[in-house]
Amino acid sequence: MREIALHLLDIAENSVAAESRNIRMDVMEDLHRDRLTVSVVDDGRGMSAETAKQVLNPFYTTRTTRKVGLGIPLLKLAAEQTEGELTLQTEKGKGTRIEAAFKHSHIDRMPLGDIGTTVLTLLVSYPHIHWEFCYQVKHKNGEEKEFALDDSEIKSTLGDVPLTEPDVLRFLRGMIEEEIKSLAPQSVF
Amino acid sequence: MPAIKSLEELKRVREEALAKKQMKAAPGNVQVIVAMGTCGIAAGARDTMKSVLSYIETQNLSGVTVTQTGCIGMCEQEPILQVIFGDQAKVTYGKVNTEVAEQIMRQHVQGGMPLKDHVLPI
Repeated sequence: MREIALHLLDIAENSVAAESRNIRMDVMEDLHRDRLTVSVVDDGRGMSAETAKQVLNPFYTTRTTRKVGLGIPLLKLAAEQTEGELTLQTEKGKGTRIEAAFKHSHIDRMPLGDIGTTVLTLLVSYPHIHWEFCYQVKHKNGEEKEFALDDSEIKSTLGDVPLTEPDVLRFLRGMIEEEIKSLAPQSVF
Repeated sequence: MPAIKSLEELKRVREEALAKKQMKAAPGNVQVIVAMGTCGIAAGARDTMKSVLSYIETQNLSGVTVTQTGCIGMCEQEPILQVIFGDQAKVTYGKVNTEVAEQIMRQHVQGGMPLKDHVLPI
């Protein structure tokens, strides 16, 4: 994976596969503390303590089509390479929370990447899921900016018009891109 | 959702979309499925998806359902994209980079003619 945004997409796919109804994704760039934290929280079927231990092993997967999983171990490695860490909290029947923390300025930190496309991809592909996204930036000068999106307002406004209608896609993509752009004018990725 | 203003805008978008939909009916039901397992994502499936969505947007292609699937066991062929055109059988394409995705959108999804290249035998 070349971007943290791709890892986020991958982790969110796990949440979808776990039959979650609500999925929340957070990105926090704290330039003051030099930390970049991303997390995905779901209310899917969760894991037993035994399984939770196994998912950090690259040779564990629930899929039947291939013998390796790789998703979570790759993210763990990416975080640890930057003096960061991966935290996994889960409870069977309740849900899962995965957080990866990076040292923002670390030379080995992969770029955050195209968060907007990750968000749009998930929103459009899984309209039955209630999505929440929050992207916060704390600048060195103390300035804090935030883009929060809860798709329930969008869906109730749209009613029976699907998210894949061209006009709707244009609106969503434009809105997400604009909001993300407004967060980090000085930020260099 | 940052401001009420954009919700107002979305209402307008909805009404326009409804009006356009009535004017030109979609060519049956077309479904585009992008494989988005870890293997697919690592191979560029998100860019493939982006290309599909941007084609819909730029060509004003109404009535296409876009969805995803996980790993289907042919990781070496990723990114994989499938098209179900009306009641025709599902066609599975392999190594679908952004250019191939655009070609599939134009020829198969919009034009109804499956591509000869990139088809996987399943």
